[in-house]
Amino acid sequence: MDQLFNRKYIIQGLFILLALILLGRLFYIQIASDKYFLDANNNALRKKFIYPARGVITDRNGQVLAQNQPTYDLMVIPNEVKPFDTLSLCNIIGITMEDFRKKFNKAVVYSRYQPSIFQKLLSVQTYATLQERMANYKGFDVQKRTIRYYPDSIGGQLLGYIREANQREIEKHHGYYKPGDYIGKSGIEKQYEVELRGTKGVKNMLYNAHNIAQGSYADGKFDSSAVAGDQLITTIDVKIQKLGEQLLANKVGSIVAIEPATGEILAFVSSPAYDPNLMVGRETGNNYMKIFSNPYRPFFIRPLKGRYSPGSAFKPLSALIALQEGIIDEFSTFNCPGYYQVGKTRFRCEHIDGNIALRKGIARSCNTYFWSIFEKEMLKNGRKNQHKAYDEWQEKVRKFGIGDTLGIDFPGESSYKLFTAADYTNRYSKYWNYGTILSVAIGQGEISTTPLQMANIMAIIANRGYYIKPHLVKGIGDTKYIHPKYKEKHSAGVDARHYESVIDGMQDAVNSSIGTAKESQIPNLLMCGKTGTVQNNHGKNHSVFIGFAPRNNPKIAIAVIVENGGYGGAYAAPMASFITEKYLTDSLKGRRINGATIEQYKAANLLPVLKDKLPKQKLKIDTNKIDTTKKTVPLKSTTANNQLNKVAIAPKNNATAA
Amino acid sequence: MQQPHNRFFFNVDWVTILIYMALCAIGFVNIFSVQYDPDKSEAFNFGAEYGKQLIFMISALILGLSILLLDSKFFSVFAPIVYGVTIILLIAVLVIGRNVGGNQAWIPIGSFRLQPSEFAKFGTALLLARYISSFNVKLNTLKPILICAAIIVLPMVLIMLQPDAGSMLVFLSFMFPLYREGLPGNLLIIFWGAVFLFILNLFVSPTLLILSILIIGGLFAYNGRKKVQKIINVGIITFVAIGYLFVAKYIFENVLKPHQRTRIELILGLTSDNRGAGYNVIQSKIAIGAGQLTGRGYLEGTQTKFGYVPAQSTDFIFSTIGEEWGFVGCFVVIGLYIFLLLRILNMAERQRSVFSRVYGYSIACILFFHVFINIGMTIGIMPVIGIPLPFISYGGSSLWSFTILLFIFLKLDSNRMGFI
Repeated sequence: MDQLFNRKYIIQGLFILLALILLGRLFYIQIASDKYFLDANNNALRKKFIYPARGVITDRNGQVLAQNQPTYDLMVIPNEVKPFDTLSLCNIIGITMEDFRKKFNKAVVYSRYQPSIFQKLLSVQTYATLQERMANYKGFDVQKRTIRYYPDSIGGQLLGYIREANQREIEKHHGYYKPGDYIGKSGIEKQYEVELRGTKGVKNMLYNAHNIAQGSYADGKFDSSAVAGDQLITTIDVKIQKLGEQLLANKVGSIVAIEPATGEILAFVSSPAYDPNLMVGRETGNNYMKIFSNPYRPFFIRPLKGRYSPGSAFKPLSALIALQEGIIDEFSTFNCPGYYQVGKTRFRCEHIDGNIALRKGIARSCNTYFWSIFEKEMLKNGRKNQHKAYDEWQEKVRKFGIGDTLGIDFPGESSYKLFTAADYTNRYSKYWNYGTILSVAIGQGEISTTPLQMANIMAIIANRGYYIKPHLVKGIGDTKYIHPKYKEKHSAGVDARHYESVIDGMQDAVNSSIGTAKESQIPNLLMCGKTGTVQNNHGKNHSVFIGFAPRNNPKIAIAVIVENGGYGGAYAAPMASFITEKYLTDSLKGRRINGATIEQYKAANLLPVLKDKLPKQKLKIDTNKIDTTKKTVPLKSTTANNQLNKVAIAPKNNATAA
Repeated sequence: MQQPHNRFFFNVDWVTILIYMALCAIGFVNIFSVQYDPDKSEAFNFGAEYGKQLIFMISALILGLSILLLDSKFFSVFAPIVYGVTIILLIAVLVIGRNVGGNQAWIPIGSFRLQPSEFAKFGTALLLARYISSFNVKLNTLKPILICAAIIVLPMVLIMLQPDAGSMLVFLSFMFPLYREGLPGNLLIIFWGAVFLFILNLFVSPTLLILSILIIGGLFAYNGRKKVQKIINVGIITFVAIGYLFVAKYIFENVLKPHQRTRIELILGLTSDNRGAGYNVIQSKIAIGAGQLTGRGYLEGTQTKFGYVPAQSTDFIFSTIGEEWGFVGCFVVIGLYIFLLLRILNMAERQRSVFSRVYGYSIACILFFHVFINIGMTIGIMPVIGIPLPFISYGGSSLWSFTILLFIFLKLDSNRMGFI
């Protein structure tokens, strides 16, 4: 048996070996690896979030633009429901028995133990009625939520909207959001999401395998309470924002007004607009689709993304650069025979002014004058060095904020390219000269700006040489914090002394008998401005006006673009005039401009006719066509003159103008 | 050298009884923890599992002590009768048993349920010991091996009819006492080799497997190239092994039930299923892993208390120990088991009678099989075959049967100098 006795050790050894395998595995699971420990917390420890109130958004004077409104969701835990008078509940919340069964089954499918939403967004009245009888409905409960409410129904694109966060946003914010949480999707709601949302409170709860809460974890040691979102004071002035939206009703266009001294944006109008209250509540999804499929694209934020050639509105800037370089002074005159000649080609000017100097050149928007300046500018280093001269010139244009982003506190700002000499060489080969790109001199062709940039140029001129980055928020929270970059002055590179003569011309444009916007003159107020009529390949010209007021110590700089509005003096200048008057005097005198009252301007319908099938259109740059802003055309009929807009324009190209 | 009757308590191995009681106490404490609800401070409840377990423990101890009062010869003499009774019970359960969870394993007696497969273990152990201890049995010859196999396989077949694969597999542990008594080691190697090949067969492509078997066979043949007989043997083994592959594949795909296949596949990592059969194991591993070095503390386990682990107080009681007592607690429990089992083996070796020795080895191996498989399945290295953790899992039948198994051996040991 001796030999067999040794087998004892084999069996003992087997026992010990297998026991060591168990211990080794336990060592791995319990000590070496964190995975299971973390999984355990995910399993039983559930964070219950307490949602803070979203910050209120007000205008510059404290008037509320966006606030919170309580709403109530009826929740149900199917497992706790006892038989009850279902009909009475149906009547209170206004659904049929059929709906009731469907909703209840849906809740059961979701979970028997966990609460789910039975009916969303009950009104306060329904809630009150329901609350009295809640004891009869076991298993049902009402949960309070807040949704956005916009008392004035203005500023849809400006304020933006909030909706449930999508997967990409959830990932981007490193775990702050869960599916179902709301997040600012556009506009100020998006830009200031972090400040507005506040901080979620956390309650650490322990849950069992059926997802029923078993009490708080570690007696609430790791819990935190919710912190409400910061109040946001915007720079917007409700009264002119509202007036702007009304004026642009049934038109495509944009109005931007800036307080020059601070860079604060007073009005930020994009038309067509939409009522922000449509993006709240039960019908959000349907409304979103309706707005989204509107061919005039209400979601398109024109002040920032609309791309327009400045047209004649560019001329003051052109003059300023020439003054700074000493190429001209305010007394330099050029002869305008009614055309401008390069080589054998003649370019038409709308008027024959003879010898004309700066002040009159601006007031009458004389093309010949500005082409002559441009010619001098390009030829300053001799004919051979035109390309270099152009590059120097476009660098100076850039200083006014063209061809770059302005750094506004609003999502989606993008820069539009300003051509360099190399770009033109690519396009025309190296044999181009100033005559090739003459349209640039008067703000057409390759120069494109946004309404915001146009308003900012006016702010520069109003400030006599500098600007502060335009921004929409004046103060965040109790400390009224504002990013320091919105206090820095940026120089446009032209000395202050050169501005007065340009401003003289702009003053005349509005306040003299020869001016292009003389109808829009405001009684007892000196508004300086410049009209523009932007060639539009797709239809009637766009009406543009930029200006500021009053002349001394300006309070408002404004840019108005009315697509298909015709001459600058026809629509844009009167609108700027009304808004400026409203802002500076807080009243409207009831005067007529071009023979029309403000109400008639509001009622005018300039929406372009859209054909069903739109041909693909390429953006064509036509250097020969130039704007003519000689005179304003009195409005014969202030109602819609849609018949005039026979040529359809693609909605996508609405905002782009050649 | 008969022991005087009044001195009989001195010969009982009290250390073993202490370990036994310690393990039972650990079981009670953890079953209590599973059911403990801090929000309900109710009085001790004999209707709850921990209350019942206390009753089981007390009755088991009384049962064990009364076994000590029996005469040692009783077990040897009555072994065939005990075996016969357990076989009858196993047949009876198929007829009058209650079907719980797909297994017809329980005979209801009053408010308790009797599980005959638990008692078949010591019936088989006793008869096996009795047969091997009978005169002139040599386990390296064919006939005794076949008789032993028959004794073991009969209850296995009956249990498989319930069907309760877990309890059936426990009987494989009788292989080791037979090995100790002279069963050729080659047989064990062939058996476990077959199991190994069966598992490999599920993983590896047949072509690769056949190729490797041929290569290994070829190497052995080369090694023994001087003896023709050896080459022939190697050749036969190689071809049998290859043939076995196909049979095994067929059995796996056509004979095993889908849930058994799933469990085998799960344990081998061929599939992963978070909600189905794999759910228990995942939750159990999470619970144990959450314990870390020193555990969450008694009554503080969140996984085990909040119902994440199914069969918490019975098959998966070890996950409560793991979560609340950590690696330290697991180490102590496994240490206690190993200490107990090695002690039983040593005690078995000091027996003068073959009967006692075979019986001792049998219970040591049965207990070890339970411990290893049960703990192994809670940490995901063994398939979930639903066998209890000895002395610790909740349940009357299993506690009594393990108690009877152990105390019969203690009785035999107390009388080790006598002749049976």
